[in-house]
Amino acid sequence: MTAIKVENVGKCYVIDHQKQQSRYHYETLGGAVANCGKRAFNYLRHPISSFNNTIVHEDFWALKDINFEINQGDRVGIIGRNGAGKSTLLKILSRITTPTTGQIRIKGRVSSLLEVGTGFHPELTGRENIFLNGAILGMKRQEIKAKFDEIVAFAEVEKFLDTPVKHYSSGMYVRLAFAVAAHLEPEILIVDEVLAVGDAQFQKKCLGKMDEASHDGRTVLFVSHSMGSIVALCNAALFLQNGSISFAGNVNETILKYNQDIQESENQDLSDFKLGRRGHQSFAKFLHISTWDIYGNPQAVFAMGDSVVIKLRCEFFSYISKPIIGVMLRSLTGILIHDFRSSFDGFFMNIEAGVHEFEITVSSIKVYPGNYTLGPWIQSQVGVSSDDYISSAIKISIVDHRKVGYLGSQFEVISKEGSEVYIPCSWRLQ
Amino acid sequence: MNDQKETIITPNKTLGGAGREFWEYKDLLYFLAWRDFKVRYKQTVIGVAWAVIKPLLTMVVFTIVFGRLAKLPVEGQSAYPVMVFAAMLPWYFFSSSLQESSLSIVNNAQMISKIYFPRIIIPIAPFFVNLIDFAISFVILLALMACYQTPLTLKIVYLPLFLILSVVTALGVSLWIAALNAQYRDFRYIVPFIIQIGLYVSPIGFSSTIIPEQWRLLYNLNPMVGVIDGFRWCLLGEGINLYMPGLIVSITLSILLLISGIAFFNQRERKFADVL
Repeated sequence: MTAIKVENVGKCYVIDHQKQQSRYHYETLGGAVANCGKRAFNYLRHPISSFNNTIVHEDFWALKDINFEINQGDRVGIIGRNGAGKSTLLKILSRITTPTTGQIRIKGRVSSLLEVGTGFHPELTGRENIFLNGAILGMKRQEIKAKFDEIVAFAEVEKFLDTPVKHYSSGMYVRLAFAVAAHLEPEILIVDEVLAVGDAQFQKKCLGKMDEASHDGRTVLFVSHSMGSIVALCNAALFLQNGSISFAGNVNETILKYNQDIQESENQDLSDFKLGRRGHQSFAKFLHISTWDIYGNPQAVFAMGDSVVIKLRCEFFSYISKPIIGVMLRSLTGILIHDFRSSFDGFFMNIEAGVHEFEITVSSIKVYPGNYTLGPWIQSQVGVSSDDYISSAIKISIVDHRKVGYLGSQFEVISKEGSEVYIPCSWRLQ
Repeated sequence: MNDQKETIITPNKTLGGAGREFWEYKDLLYFLAWRDFKVRYKQTVIGVAWAVIKPLLTMVVFTIVFGRLAKLPVEGQSAYPVMVFAAMLPWYFFSSSLQESSLSIVNNAQMISKIYFPRIIIPIAPFFVNLIDFAISFVILLALMACYQTPLTLKIVYLPLFLILSVVTALGVSLWIAALNAQYRDFRYIVPFIIQIGLYVSPIGFSSTIIPEQWRLLYNLNPMVGVIDGFRWCLLGEGINLYMPGLIVSITLSILLLISGIAFFNQRERKFADVL
């Protein structure tokens, strides 16, 4: 049975540009003052259209011609670069904003979680915020009362129930917020990236809860940059690109399409890179990443067993004492295979403000043939969140040139079975 | 599962469902009002006393300036402080409600851009906590009336009607401003200005009987004139004539404000998430 049917949905935002010529025009006529008065008068009469003559409206279609159907009980992942229209789509589906064109039919009660803890008030206690947040999410008072104990147990905050949440640690805060959301019982659940919070154990718990929800026959729509969670949770996926659906189908195929979209190149400018990036960039910002072979040639294709040299240029806004830097190696499905960390090499240095380039040499890369991505991160010390973080910044290819292992190993075949890392071993009969 | 509710999302929201939907979300209104009440005087030393101090001090100043220095006349069987305080009550209720309600959409932008619910709940919620402040001040007024030996008459039963009139007025204005403020933040500066001017042009420090007869109808175009006159008529004993034509003007204007406010707000609310 169809739970959500989306027909020809589009969303247009009007962006205003000031037209330079017309302003110049007023000045030469010396009529700027008169025009000001006229504009003010028009403004009062038609607050929206009065600036037509001085401001050019440009239509920007955040979404265009979106058509899809979701069956009841489906768990659909929505992926795409930043600005592809994922959030706009979720906002329209959850009725926060209206579409410009088209129509959507939704069967069943919808709950959307575009953020956890919406409406939490810092001065209120945990107990009070459970009720407030539950009501905001659309639960009835009786419903919240009935589930209250369950929510508290899930959040693990029994002891602090009567403490204002402003005294909570960020972990407790997020756990409480998610616990309320997790106990909603809508027929359709719309979730945006909320799993990117909390520690690993809690994330697992959340995924479990969402999995449970979907097994109860609930329909789940899930936006995430984490391909790992999409794979774990969804049975279908949509790939949005520039406001249109570029691919829809099963999860693995869609993720592959998505990752092919990341450029394969031996260098990548990071100064404006936005995809999968987070962090405050308070003391450092990555500018450029590039990959080289051991002889100093730019290179994006490496043989198993080759050395890979990664050069990472980074701007430091201030002096920083012994930051920890890393480069993550991921599979195209987003699974973290390894993290080349500065601390693993005992590399602890005080860094002055300015632009610096780091060179990371991987002496022998032993992953199976295929495509992988590299993503840098930096943090001021262990345990704090990254100041700049890009989950996948650049793509490299690994091929088998029979440099490692037995000649007839057929590493390509093995890699297709989902195994990634080659660890050499030797065999003998005793 | 064929009994499931079907929601149809189109570019235009159907206005017909707005009322039913508002009812469905009444629990949210309750909790938002309750939240405002809970956090209102958190981290203050004298707490709820603030609800009383502000109108009380203004009353003292007005009594000195208008009553003692300007020697303006008293209405009914009362003393000047009681007359001023009877007006101060609806005025503070009106002005605080207006202030909070008209800025509420922008102040709750976070919620509006993340969750769907009937937006009109947001500007309505602040009225409840102000009603509580009103109730507290009302007790003070009764004490003040006892002090100055103002007789309590049966006319007090009409008081709720005038309180409702001030709700209608404040909500009407607030809905307009809240919706406009979402897009044009100029209104953030206009509201304190309205309140400041309103305190002097409304008959708070003086009786509206001092307004020349030929101007009174025009004076009632300020709907708060109707509310304040009504409060004084209810509370200050015998000998006060309610100026009916003026009251009708005030009531009509308030109702028009509210109806147009609701219509305007409903039309604008679809855009809130885009412009906030």
